[in-house]
Amino acid sequence: MVNLKRAEAHLSNEEIRRYSRHLIMPEVGLEGQKKLKSASVLLIGAGGLGSPLGMYLAAAGVGRIGLVDFDVVEYSNLQRQVVYSTQDIGRPKLEAARERLVGINPNVTVETHQTHLNSENALEILKEYDVIIDGTDNFPTRYLVNDASVLLGKPNVYGSIFRFEGQASVFYAKEGPCYRCLYPEPPPPGLVPSCAEGGVLGVLPGIIGTIQAMEAIKLIIGQGDLLIGRLLLFDALRMKFRELRLRKNPFCPICGAHPTIHQLIDYEAFCGLAPRPEDRGRVTEWEITVQELKTKLDRHDDIFVLDVREPHEYEICNLGGYLIPLGEIPSRMHELDSSKEIVVHCHTGRRSQRALELLREAGFKKIKNLVGGIAAWASEIDPEMPRY
Amino acid sequence: MSTKILIPTPLRQYTGKADAVEVEGSTVDELLRNLTERYSALKKHLYTEDGKLRSFVNIYVNDEDIRYLDHGKTKVRENDVVSIIPSIAGGGQEM
Repeated sequence: MVNLKRAEAHLSNEEIRRYSRHLIMPEVGLEGQKKLKSASVLLIGAGGLGSPLGMYLAAAGVGRIGLVDFDVVEYSNLQRQVVYSTQDIGRPKLEAARERLVGINPNVTVETHQTHLNSENALEILKEYDVIIDGTDNFPTRYLVNDASVLLGKPNVYGSIFRFEGQASVFYAKEGPCYRCLYPEPPPPGLVPSCAEGGVLGVLPGIIGTIQAMEAIKLIIGQGDLLIGRLLLFDALRMKFRELRLRKNPFCPICGAHPTIHQLIDYEAFCGLAPRPEDRGRVTEWEITVQELKTKLDRHDDIFVLDVREPHEYEICNLGGYLIPLGEIPSRMHELDSSKEIVVHCHTGRRSQRALELLREAGFKKIKNLVGGIAAWASEIDPEMPRY
Repeated sequence: MSTKILIPTPLRQYTGKADAVEVEGSTVDELLRNLTERYSALKKHLYTEDGKLRSFVNIYVNDEDIRYLDHGKTKVRENDVVSIIPSIAGGGQEM
């Protein structure tokens, strides 16, 4: 349970009516509801997990909810990010989310942090909240959130999803293991697909996000058995929940007996990620922009376009490239002619980066990765192309 | 004697979409060796180039992490279930 330092809250008659289904349960009652009102929760990521999290925590009467995100609402969000409406497209996520949460419960204060969480600002932002909830979509931020939570002594309610499968746990180094105890290191980039590459069934973040919301509320009201030391696994296709035991790693570099990490590090570098071309502002000799590719294709240069997406993605839109899904590159490399100039692309440029590395290792020299993938082509070259 | 290994979603593309595979072996190492012999593309996802289990892949026998049992030498019996649990990062946002 978290230690709430603030003075006890008072509930108005309107709030008592609003929360009556909580108040008549002994596990919550007036005391629990006041704890909720006094509590503060930080949601990192206002996406698929953050949507149900924010809505349920606001409805439940968590007094102060912080949101961290920097995106705007896009069409492809609406399949699962239920906090947003179609008319929110193009708006900053946090502006739309705040409106919705305050609409659900005007007694709640919603604080927005429109920023990319990083090693410089994380401790400053996280320290103002009782409970941290990790609803991010990438490894660098997950390790950052974990480390900042451990250093600040805060519970970190974890949820993660992929296609039909979800994981949830509560990492609370004071009482159990942290994320690094479970996974000391992240996978090298490209080896594990992201949701943007692998897809996710829209309902899944709803299930995992509401489990996170439940754990956050239990932490606040001090009831029940938390997911501390347990990893909950959910397989939606088979509709099965399983549970694995998590142990505190005595050698954990941040929460073990002799920690070696005492401050936040460079998480992009830790996860093996070089700055993206759009961040470093230039392309390397192994990269090509969509404009350059367009010029070459218009000139009828002899270029071989290799598409490393999956066949069902190829069906949605393609550049007429030769299709070899990333997973089949090692066994089908012989189909490619290394003497030709090859441009490899995927959806956003990450899988094709991995393919490029595999091909380079195999001796291919005239090969370039299409920066931003077919998504960049659709937004910069061909507005008629379907975007997904 | 064969033991069931549960394959997580991100790795099913390397096992011909199978979500569970029955493999022979009396220890975790033997099971995984036989598994990666049958599905060779799995190997680089489970092991580093010098043959160590990757640090973002955890192996469980029933509900216990082999790091807290006998690592790869952990004995398995016929009705045990072995799970491969890789880290996943998705949160349903865009990249």
